[in-house]
Amino acid sequence: MIVGKRKPLPEIIKAVEPYEKVLVLGCGECVTVCMAGGDKEARETALALSLARKKAGKPAEIESHTVERQCEFEYLESARKKIEAVDVVVSLACGVGVQTMNMHYQDMLTLPGLNTTFMGLPVRQGVWMENCIGCGDCVLGETLGICPIARCSKSMLNGPCGGSQYGKCEISKDVDCGWHLIYERLAKFNRLDVLAAVRPPKDWSTSHSGGPRKMVREDVTL
Amino acid sequence: MITGSNLEKVLKSGIFACTGELGPPKSAEGHKVEHHAEMLRGYVDAYNLTDNQTAIVRTSSIACGALLVRMGLDPIIQITCRDRNRIAIQSDVLGAVALGIKNILCLQGDHAKFGNEPTAKNVNDIDSMQLIRMLKNMRDEQVFSGGEKLEAPINIFIGAVENPFADPFEYRAYRLAKKVEAGVDFIQTQAIFDMDRFERWMEKVRELGIHKKVPILAGVIPMKSLGAARYMKNNVSGLIVPDELIDRLKAAPDKKEEGIKICVEAIQHLKTVEGVAGVHVMAVAWEEIVPEIVTRAGLYPRPKF
Repeated sequence: MIVGKRKPLPEIIKAVEPYEKVLVLGCGECVTVCMAGGDKEARETALALSLARKKAGKPAEIESHTVERQCEFEYLESARKKIEAVDVVVSLACGVGVQTMNMHYQDMLTLPGLNTTFMGLPVRQGVWMENCIGCGDCVLGETLGICPIARCSKSMLNGPCGGSQYGKCEISKDVDCGWHLIYERLAKFNRLDVLAAVRPPKDWSTSHSGGPRKMVREDVTL
Repeated sequence: MITGSNLEKVLKSGIFACTGELGPPKSAEGHKVEHHAEMLRGYVDAYNLTDNQTAIVRTSSIACGALLVRMGLDPIIQITCRDRNRIAIQSDVLGAVALGIKNILCLQGDHAKFGNEPTAKNVNDIDSMQLIRMLKNMRDEQVFSGGEKLEAPINIFIGAVENPFADPFEYRAYRLAKKVEAGVDFIQTQAIFDMDRFERWMEKVRELGIHKKVPILAGVIPMKSLGAARYMKNNVSGLIVPDELIDRLKAAPDKKEEGIKICVEAIQHLKTVEGVAGVHVMAVAWEEIVPEIVTRAGLYPRPKF
């Protein structure tokens, strides 16, 4: 899923300073699951903003609402009345949701209330880790399910580098060395032979390096 | 001969080689590099020039290498994958060769978070293994990474590093073999303090016959003080400094002399290890000690060709 972290409150307060009517808009998908931008967080944020404005002697009308999915136009329609009634929207969705809002409601400004951190999974309650950078050319089949692009700090295809010690990455004792994990996984499946081949440079053109990506599938277009 | 660099001549002659290391300044004062190179002149066969080591901005290794070429010395230019993509690296390689540089050492590079630009983008378009292969292809096939032909051949003596103190330990000799397969001509290792582990690694290296394919230069760092030793033990990624060495330094009345002694003993021992073709003395910020270490280790005078 997409993992996010709500922006610090002072940053949001500052962003909505010029506005009198604000809608904090949550999203019912990924950011709800990672407890950063769902209905609960939208309510809390609206309340906190409202209090802050009162304290500052500049009270404002701050509402909250949550749509099922902010990254698709059709789900945004259900909130049209609420959206058109305010001066500005603070979206607690990921960066995709914020942009979907701005594309769909072109006369309304939607500001980000959340930092989109990464694509990943909750390894346990309250802990999320990055697993995929969406490079557009999956190699998980060769590395037996551990991504060297996302899980190696240097995105090496022929790792591990000389900074891997005791199973940890040189950047932090809290970060596992992705290539150490790959090594152990290959050993487990008797596939250490995979490491012998010099893997050629990656084609980064399928990643963001190739420019903003767009996908068209003729078989499903209407 | 590939490039006929001094380093290559020494290694091909079978004489135990000795290389040194120079850290470019955080300024444009080329005379500082020249000054340090003068200190080492006659005591080492070639001079590594680090590429923004530990991700700290410094004068470029190629620019400093060009200064050494002008002095009639043989530089080994370090190139990391951290700061440049394949376009920039290949362009720099052509530039380095045009400036008379003959040896290039391929490294991955420390993560930018360790340096003075911790918020910089880490490029890592290619990795160190791919860098070796790219240089080999530029030299042997006259072809760029993207497939286009070079307009004229180039010559490079290609080096790489390996770290016997990184993990998984059991893979480290195989990783060296992979670098040979990628096309490397010589190897310099990470600094050795844990001699037992280095010897275990060399055993595997010999078992795989790698030492017969490429010369391996064993890395050493003289410890200048107890503080420096502790810093390397706790803060430098990829090093192992055993407690016995720290204790020995702690007990010594003259820390500098003890640091020199430890380094000299290490070199003398490395000379006896089958498959070690030379040493790489890394005395960055203590360059003036290199002549004494080299002399006391019995490596002076250096061969002349």
